[in-house]
Amino acid sequence: MKGRWFKVYAIGYLLFLYAPIIILPMFAFNDATVIAFPLTGFSTRWFAAMFEQPTLGLAVKNSLFIAITSSILATTLGIFAARASTRYRFPMKAGIMGLIMLPLVLPEIIVAVSLLVVLLGMGVNLSLWTVILGHVLICTPFTIAILSSAFQSLDQSLEEAAYDLGETAASTFRLIILPLVMPGIISSLLISFTISLDEFIIAFFLAGTEPTLPVFIFSQFRFPAAVPVIMALGTVLVCLSIVLLTIAEFFRRRGIAKTGGKDTGGFL
Amino acid sequence: MGAESRWSKWRQSEGANGLLMVSPTAIYAILMLAAPLGTIFLYSFLTDGYLEIIRQFTVANYVEAWTNELYRSVMIRSLGVAMTVTFVTVILAFPVAYFVSFHVEASKKSLWLFLITIPFWTSYLIRVFLWKVILGYNGVVNSGLIGLGIIDQPLDFILYNVNSVVITLAHAYAPFAILPIFVALEKIDRSLLEAGQDLGETKFRTFLRVTLPLAMPGVIASVLIVFIPTIGDYVTPQLVGGPEGRMVANLIQLQYLKLDNYPLGSAIAVSAMAIVTLVSLAFIGLNRRYLKGPK
Amino acid sequence: MTDKPTMIAFQDVQKYYGDYHALRGITAEIRAGEFFSLLGPSGCGKTTLLRTIAGFEGISSGAVMIDGRNMAGVPANQRPTNMVFQSYAIFPHLTVAENVGFGLRKAGLSKAEMASRVGDALEMVGLKGFGDREAHALSGGQRQRVALARALILKPKVLLLDEPLSALDKKMREQMQVELIRLQRQVGITFILVTHDQEEALVMSDRIAVMFEGEIAQLADPETLYRRPNSRRVADFIGTMNFLPAQIIGESGDTVEVEAQGFGRLVLNAEQAPGGTSGEGAVVGFRPETLTILFEGQTASDRESMAVIEEVVYYGDMTYYDVKLAGSDAAIRISMRNVFGRPVLEIGDETRVAWSPGALVLFR
Repeated sequence: MKGRWFKVYAIGYLLFLYAPIIILPMFAFNDATVIAFPLTGFSTRWFAAMFEQPTLGLAVKNSLFIAITSSILATTLGIFAARASTRYRFPMKAGIMGLIMLPLVLPEIIVAVSLLVVLLGMGVNLSLWTVILGHVLICTPFTIAILSSAFQSLDQSLEEAAYDLGETAASTFRLIILPLVMPGIISSLLISFTISLDEFIIAFFLAGTEPTLPVFIFSQFRFPAAVPVIMALGTVLVCLSIVLLTIAEFFRRRGIAKTGGKDTGGFL
Repeated sequence: MGAESRWSKWRQSEGANGLLMVSPTAIYAILMLAAPLGTIFLYSFLTDGYLEIIRQFTVANYVEAWTNELYRSVMIRSLGVAMTVTFVTVILAFPVAYFVSFHVEASKKSLWLFLITIPFWTSYLIRVFLWKVILGYNGVVNSGLIGLGIIDQPLDFILYNVNSVVITLAHAYAPFAILPIFVALEKIDRSLLEAGQDLGETKFRTFLRVTLPLAMPGVIASVLIVFIPTIGDYVTPQLVGGPEGRMVANLIQLQYLKLDNYPLGSAIAVSAMAIVTLVSLAFIGLNRRYLKGPK
Repeated sequence: MTDKPTMIAFQDVQKYYGDYHALRGITAEIRAGEFFSLLGPSGCGKTTLLRTIAGFEGISSGAVMIDGRNMAGVPANQRPTNMVFQSYAIFPHLTVAENVGFGLRKAGLSKAEMASRVGDALEMVGLKGFGDREAHALSGGQRQRVALARALILKPKVLLLDEPLSALDKKMREQMQVELIRLQRQVGITFILVTHDQEEALVMSDRIAVMFEGEIAQLADPETLYRRPNSRRVADFIGTMNFLPAQIIGESGDTVEVEAQGFGRLVLNAEQAPGGTSGEGAVVGFRPETLTILFEGQTASDRESMAVIEEVVYYGDMTYYDVKLAGSDAAIRISMRNVFGRPVLEIGDETRVAWSPGALVLFR
């Protein structure tokens, strides 16, 4: 069978994709201070050491605040844009949607420096809120991608039916549209949360003196002694991401099943 | 019909409703994206003074960015790295997309896609750092090869240079390359392939004459979605690139945060964007015929 | 038919989408308690017209009146109409009972009252005991019934049905046709059905409006529409009709004298010559079942011609014969009910054919 060679290749490719994630816990649980083979022995001390880092605690707190706020704001903006783009034709639609989706391909450093220049020019002090401004910008295109498919699988006659049965535009939104796109909204919140939590460059440029989790991690790479702790931290983060993504995927699929649509694939 | 009623009619029209609906997001994008991009474009024509920007029009920043050997070599390197990464990523990704689309049962496709996308969502910094571990002097590759007796000295050409940047970026952008190709392949009506074979072509020739042209829009999308962000990647060259693997993002960061030269940093950023745009447009232009097709 | 009061009146309704002229001056009346169909090919404007009644489409000019009230500015949620959608639009996140009771939310009914009305509505459409089912677990026919119950529970003055049977298979469709007729008689309100299926329209409707390109071509009861179509286009759209070239010899008072190929000289009355156009010279038209092949020993009750069999298509209960009449090149289709023991004719056979001038229609 020709298919078998493809399968061997695909599995090899998956191994390539997962190589870092497989190696990560090896070092997180390795006894040695140096990140190199051979492994010396099993230990959980790096996990315990995470709790002795005061900056890490602050960074986690900051990152959670940024990620939660950004995901809510980005999803809200995403709902407007996704609804507009799936339901209406309007003047300059391609241009407007193109601008909104631009951060999807624009290198993050460009977003970061351009925001930095404007914010400093306006005399705004860098803080967690300036990071949020940037994160909302880069998360919104992802939320639109997810929410568009949720709105798209919504049969327009469902809205008309509710309207026909005496509901107003607002109550139709509350009773019909919102429950049906809710899985999409949850999955969009989770995805933006994950993106924001992991984002480095914008936070690096715009956070001022406040540490966020990726900025903290990046700073620790300079100290070889600190790296094993980062490996432990990374293991925790990877597990967290996988859990969040699985939940997001679950809701996305349930959303599709609910509206009777066909599953056409992943998040992007 | 008076002007007023025409206005009220327009307000109730689909176009007006759509604009109203999109306006919060659009205004945000204009304020936080379009205006800042415009500002750095403006800055790139201003003069850098000590501690402040002098409002005087000049093209000196561009002259500097394009003639200074250091800047020019970094830009050329970035372009080269981005092109290599794009080529490698798309070539490696195509068979995977093809496999998932054509050889995986329908019920398992989303599981495969899920597996492919998971690594993409895990901490980018840590992933990049782990490539340093994998490719490093005492890394996985070297200790593995030594253990197998293939080499007796660790290889040193795989870390802190362009090679390691390419490998790491190819890994980071893999899902971006697979998904658009997969979507394009999924859209192909399977009976077209049977028709190709029915008309006397071999499986391989059918692939070349039917599948590949129909998958091209996906391939083009992959190329762009990998090429454009890679050229501006900061973390990978910073962590695994070493001095000879630096790319344009590192240069921009240096100008902005270390040297405090906003105009020159802006000119470099604008130049990089201009190059990306030109190369992308040229690429789209070359593949125009694949993108027409019926909607 | 006794004259029932008018329920819906269209007064010169025009509808433009940009430059596209979707409804071109529709003027018609639909009576209370009538089963009315809008019939036409896709793109003829029938669904648009239905949606102007529901309030989902505004009109560019003219007026839509429901029960004597101009509907201009009345939104869909305040009109005395309810709709069964083509896709049924069953809310997928609600149960059957929640779907059916959806429109009662604002009525302020007690729980028990609500449950009893939902129960009654479900019973009416033959879904007693289905209330707790999840909506997405229903079959096509069941979804259709839920959609009907949901619309009828609000006791609208008019029920609008947008291609409600097109998603069902043939057997189910025929069953639902009968049930819809029964339901309409039971509730006694106006039903307006949009369909592209002429058979469905003929079976179910009291009156039918045939639409082409945004205009009503003919509005009549099914029998008139079938027997006396007012244009060749309507005749072609509804069932099968044969056409023979003809020449108008003379007109005197109410009658027209024509010379039709294969049939010879004929005198037609005013009802048979409604003045509809054929587009390509005068023709006489007649339905396949108005001709009879005469077997040995049978005699014609009216007129008789000779014909040669060109093609035989056997349909089980019927046989279609394509023949050429002596003196004409036009292909004519005759449908004959098969009778046990009677032979089916073969290609090339010569036979006598009986016909009646009363079954003919003239298109000029």
